Amino acid sequence: MNIHEYQGKAILKSFGVAIQEGIVADTPEQAVEAAKELQKQTGTGWWVVKAQIHAGGRGKGRVKETDSSGVVLAKNLDEVKEKSKNILGGTLVTIQTGAAGKKVSKVLIAQDVYYPGESKTAEFYMSVLLNRQTGKNIIMYSTEGGMNIEDVAHNTPHLIFKEEIDPKVGLQGFQTRKIAFNLGLDGEAFKQMTKFVASLYKAYDSTDSAMFEINPVLKTSDNKIIAVDAKVSLDENALFRHADYAALRDVTEEDPTEVEAGEYNLNYVKLDGNVGCMVNGAGLAMATMDIIKLAGGDPANFLDVGGTANAERVEQAFRIILKDPNVKAILVNIFGGIVRCDRVAQGIVDAYKNMGSINVPIIVRLQGTNAVEAKKIIDDSGLKVFSAIQLQEAADLVQKVLA
Amino acid sequence: MSVLVNKNSKVIVQGFTGSEGTFHATQMIEFGTNLVGGVTPGKGGQTHLDKPVFNTVADAVAKTAADVSIIFVPPAFAADAIMEAAEAGIKVIVCITEGIPTKDMIAVKSYLTGRDCRLVGPNCPGIITAGEAKVGIMPGFVFKKGTIGIVSKSGTLTYEAADQVVKAGLGVTTAIGIGGDPIIGTTTKEAVELLMNDPETEGIIMIGEIGGGMEAEAAHWIKANGTKPVVGFIAGQTAPPGRRMGHAGAIVGGADDTAAAKMKIMRECGIHVVDSPAIIGKTMAKVLGKVIA
Repeated sequence: MNIHEYQGKAILKSFGVAIQEGIVADTPEQAVEAAKELQKQTGTGWWVVKAQIHAGGRGKGRVKETDSSGVVLAKNLDEVKEKSKNILGGTLVTIQTGAAGKKVSKVLIAQDVYYPGESKTAEFYMSVLLNRQTGKNIIMYSTEGGMNIEDVAHNTPHLIFKEEIDPKVGLQGFQTRKIAFNLGLDGEAFKQMTKFVASLYKAYDSTDSAMFEINPVLKTSDNKIIAVDAKVSLDENALFRHADYAALRDVTEEDPTEVEAGEYNLNYVKLDGNVGCMVNGAGLAMATMDIIKLAGGDPANFLDVGGTANAERVEQAFRIILKDPNVKAILVNIFGGIVRCDRVAQGIVDAYKNMGSINVPIIVRLQGTNAVEAKKIIDDSGLKVFSAIQLQEAADLVQKVLA
Repeated sequence: MSVLVNKNSKVIVQGFTGSEGTFHATQMIEFGTNLVGGVTPGKGGQTHLDKPVFNTVADAVAKTAADVSIIFVPPAFAADAIMEAAEAGIKVIVCITEGIPTKDMIAVKSYLTGRDCRLVGPNCPGIITAGEAKVGIMPGFVFKKGTIGIVSKSGTLTYEAADQVVKAGLGVTTAIGIGGDPIIGTTTKEAVELLMNDPETEGIIMIGEIGGGMEAEAAHWIKANGTKPVVGFIAGQTAPPGRRMGHAGAIVGGADDTAAAKMKIMRECGIHVVDSPAIIGKTMAKVLGKVIA
């Protein structure tokens, strides 16, 4: 589960990670109040206005309506108000949002941390994530902060370092020192970095996070080490241990149909194609999407109905799929194992009748227990439904209805 | 011969008396699995499905000499159940549970290192050796005895492959559902290796999906050590990057874990990769030079 920068930073701060301080605002007026309050707390003379959306590349992104950047510097309170106005309510398009962009409903008014001082500022990159190969967490870090890490990995792979954490003992002191040395730090900044890394990992571990990405980690001109941005992704499977994190979910960041499907416990992902599909099992659902593509269509969705494909669930699934106006046909692919195919077939017929008219052709492929009886139920129903038993037959039918 | 489980396996169920455990234990007994009992803490001494219930896995092992366990306990307690089984000396631990926190699985993986046991799963359909033992939730009747081993990250896609293999006149030796989570006990490579060493298995079907690097690792191993034909399929050729497709581990993170990248490596390593999941069985028959009935 992804959360906003301001939420991620609040979590980091609660574990003692030094952050660029900020106050979130919903309106330009609130932004000005936030700026005043922040000045009181931190003494900052300038402010950074940061659009809060679940996507990276905000600084280089543009708000469609006003052409404002998603992250802007404001040098006085009038600018805070004006620049917040140019972002709030707008649609921010970044390299990660796609052309449609994302609506901005909150801005974070943050302190200016690039102030001049005794030494030069420096930006680093740091993330904490699972190494799937070893089943252990790693801290990935680089001297090349503030840049796209994929580009750094591609162009200068020797500037990316990885530190693996042994789950038996956790992150050790020698590891935090190694990281600070590799980042070329000394003196107070070195000390602050070891503290930063230790508390960052503690936060990651304690919150059951799936990923932290801090880009940039900043060494300020007075040798503090702080998180200027925070991308925090929580492990959804661990939310039962953190009841308070449920409130951090922002459903406006998600596709509304996906949110509705989730309420029915249907695992649905909206895609851009023209053939909807309803399948039991995630692997078979992905394979069915691939079949649709090979048959000349494009999958409109991923949908795993799970083990109980009864009339009620089938109807819910049909309704979800048909919310997408691009859907020109639906392929139902159920491998009935312990669930009997004739029951699923009856469920499909009942759902179809309950819904009145469905205007797109439906291809039903039922394989497994009582597949032949199931095909008969579909064929005898008098509905505009094509039936198949073999997967290849279903693929051929998709091709036929699209032609 | 067989892989991991056979008619001599003594199987216990952890989470025996719950609804999932009860339903699938009944199905396993019907299949002919040698199910010797189960574990539900606090219900030790009772009888369930005519089998003894124990408080701990250690008790169950002491009384029944069980060597295989299948776990149906809820996600919050599943990691604990896996470690209990390992500590009690269970050799093959099959964890069906979906939704275990990654942090718990990191601890499990570390705990199991160096122990003489194998974990299959979690978030998997289990293991079935045709005609001998089913330690899982798959529909047993699909898996008719034959000569093809199956390794898969997915449940229903395993059934699909088994069905096609049977219809192609080949049948199945053992099917291993390794699971769709980011951290799993038995990797694609390890499962392929087990089947490669099984004299009854003549060909292997390897079904993967987007996310992670296990298929590439298996492919390189097959290129270096393979002695039998392997037919491969990767689900998710049409999956967009950055989106999780049902399974916790099924997400394209970079250029290396797309279906296209995996299929390319597999082809380069001599695996017979099919684009369509509809021709898995047919392709295996063709590769083995057998005529399809």
